[in-house]
Amino acid sequence: MKITFWGTRGSLPAPLGGQAVRRKLVTALVKAAGAGLDSVAKAEAFCDESLTFAEHSTFGGNTSCVQVDTGSDDYLVCDLGSGVREFSIAALDRHGPAKPKTYHILMSHVHWDHIMGFPFFVPAFIPGNRIRIYSCHANFEAAIRDQNSAPCFPVEFTALAASIEFITLEPGVAYEIAGATVTGMAQLHGGDSFGYRIAQNGKTLIYTTDAEYKPDDVDQLERTARFFHDADMVIFDSMYSLAESISVKEDWGHSSNIMGVELCQMAGVKRLCLFHHEPVNDDERIADILAETVRFEQITRSGAPLDIVAAYDGLTLDL
Amino acid sequence: MVTFERAIYGGGAVLKVSGRLDTAAAEPLKEALLTAVSTSATAVILDMSDVVDINSAGFRSMTIAFRAAESANKTLAVAGLRPRVLEIFTISRFNLLFPAYGDARDALKALAPEGLAAYDA
Repeated sequence: MKITFWGTRGSLPAPLGGQAVRRKLVTALVKAAGAGLDSVAKAEAFCDESLTFAEHSTFGGNTSCVQVDTGSDDYLVCDLGSGVREFSIAALDRHGPAKPKTYHILMSHVHWDHIMGFPFFVPAFIPGNRIRIYSCHANFEAAIRDQNSAPCFPVEFTALAASIEFITLEPGVAYEIAGATVTGMAQLHGGDSFGYRIAQNGKTLIYTTDAEYKPDDVDQLERTARFFHDADMVIFDSMYSLAESISVKEDWGHSSNIMGVELCQMAGVKRLCLFHHEPVNDDERIADILAETVRFEQITRSGAPLDIVAAYDGLTLDL
Repeated sequence: MVTFERAIYGGGAVLKVSGRLDTAAAEPLKEALLTAVSTSATAVILDMSDVVDINSAGFRSMTIAFRAAESANKTLAVAGLRPRVLEIFTISRFNLLFPAYGDARDALKALAPEGLAAYDA
């Protein structure tokens, strides 16, 4: 199973601005002074070895979209955030626009940042493509259709040339989708959201975003730990600090890096992937949060180590 | 097993807690803090010098008490954080919510100085 992140921001796209690019450039130039970077190869090596990730790259600014490559001919994607546009361009580059394909889309929920990419999802415009959109919500079809209509968007849903189907899933029931076994779980979020356990060939991915966990709700924590149990990777909504999530931003429907570590430790998860980054946080801040999360896991570890990564737009991970 | 000792010094209530502030301790911690907030003291000082660990459930109880103190125009502060606990406070950003002091005496001196003599006695 191969996972590619096309959008990792929470709530709102957060493009890298000119000032931020300039800061990275100035930092790199100062660090490179006297390094004799007279070839692309030397410059590439310098970036990798002498600059931090936040200095030479970016976590990206697109909203939630994660591709799960199961080896199937069909595509499997979680959420239709603004990152789905990048995914669709890459997919069409890979197999060519003339070849009809089936796209399976798992929706966590239909809040704006998770559906905003659909009007720009190029395969929806191409006849012969089949798009199957799954959700545990009863009303998700209307949200996606209404987005492709006046006054929100000039291209009506009925003008889309692909065959588009909406399939309602039942939480707790296992479905075979694009070569994987997919099971949904209800999560605490405004209007509800759903996490997905995606299993294939002995590997398990949990996609859980836009979910709030109450530290004193033992039933919720134990239910979640059972859902996460022994997963190879959990993609986790770590938008807030723990302090924010249980004080000023309580009931805003999101979680924290600390809660992610505690739940993954309870569940015996192998890798935690920080996801749904707060759009206010710049690259340096997200890198700091990752480093702090790694440290928190080290000082609270009681069993096997938990590997921790932070998702960024363009990251690919093999399970 | 978490234990509590509470004493009032002037306008300051010092609640000394020992043990791990984990899920099992969350409810007794909340009750002990809310009781301390309900006293006549205008500042509640949680002496954590004998606390060896804290998790999200412990922080949740402290946050509930913090809100109760705010509503009553009182202060809830922490004191005596061990290095490991201080690190967890910092990573989880609770260092931005709770005023923190080196020890209970420092906290009392800052928040309820009239109780210092009784504390030192």
